[in-house]
Amino acid sequence: MSQPSAALQQRNVALVDLLDRVLAGGVVIAGEITLSIADVDLVRISLRALIASVRSVTPDPDRSLS
Amino acid sequence: MTGDSYTWLYAVAPSGTDLAVLRGMSGVAGEHPRLITAADLAAVVGSVPSSDFDAPALHDHLQDPHWLEHAVRAHHQVIDALARGSRTLPLRFATLYRDDQRVSALLDEHHREFRTALDRVAGRTEWGVKAYLDSARLHDDNQGADGRDGTASTGRPGTAYLLRRRAARDRNAQALDDAVERARQVHHELTAVAEDSAEHPLQTPEATGIRDPMVLNGAYLVDHPRAEEFAQVVAGLQDAHRQVLRIELTGPWPPYSFVDLPLATGGK
Repeated sequence: MSQPSAALQQRNVALVDLLDRVLAGGVVIAGEITLSIADVDLVRISLRALIASVRSVTPDPDRSLS
Repeated sequence: MTGDSYTWLYAVAPSGTDLAVLRGMSGVAGEHPRLITAADLAAVVGSVPSSDFDAPALHDHLQDPHWLEHAVRAHHQVIDALARGSRTLPLRFATLYRDDQRVSALLDEHHREFRTALDRVAGRTEWGVKAYLDSARLHDDNQGADGRDGTASTGRPGTAYLLRRRAARDRNAQALDDAVERARQVHHELTAVAEDSAEHPLQTPEATGIRDPMVLNGAYLVDHPRAEEFAQVVAGLQDAHRQVLRIELTGPWPPYSFVDLPLATGGK
């Protein structure tokens, strides 16, 4: 498979982009166990916790308006 | 089959699929992915302990951000390695069967739909393009505007402050409208270079950790020979809209966003 440019490949795939795809995309079949809508909400809550924990160890990049 | 393990599905691929690309790779439960073949198709699966992956256990795990991140990345890693080598249909995260026979039956029962879906993604790759309103630039512009129309008409600093605030708010709303409009153009132009396109819900600042509002979260299925052209179109759009939008290209992705199967509702 041809790769257009090595520079375009992201080594560290952002988790949010991944979740858009693995939770909302992909083949949906009626597995015997699958995630319910409530489970997907749980995932969103977990994700927020994860991002908040990452952010707390790095400075907030937002500029102050003052 | 025993009852102490379940079968986790990663992907469906043609039966000739070579698992060599997965050498040394471990799946969501640290297991080695393997193949179940039936009807000219192969399901790439892993055996996972049922005690850890039944519905209640899974429900608990989903509340553990670190478990979740590990599992989502493991699921993706297996699919991504397969997709780089050949046609691959990714399965949605956490699709589990109680045993291998059920998976064989699934392939048998729906081989035609899987075949059609595999043909659709053959020779194509998914690319992601996200666009944000670039409010750092907006802020710079506001500074410039404040310098021009600031306090000249009134001697009262409080009133001038409120007027400035209101003007800034109006400019922000206008800038967002402009950004949304530009995002539509961007999506339109990218769709013209792609075989198909899809849009994911816009990611919120809570999900991205980025305060700038997202105005496009697109996915594009692009023929391999046109991948370079697609990247050039993205670069051109980045340049054309750089005063307003920050545009990011992600990928190549397995075709997660382009595998709607008719069996989605009727599959057993």
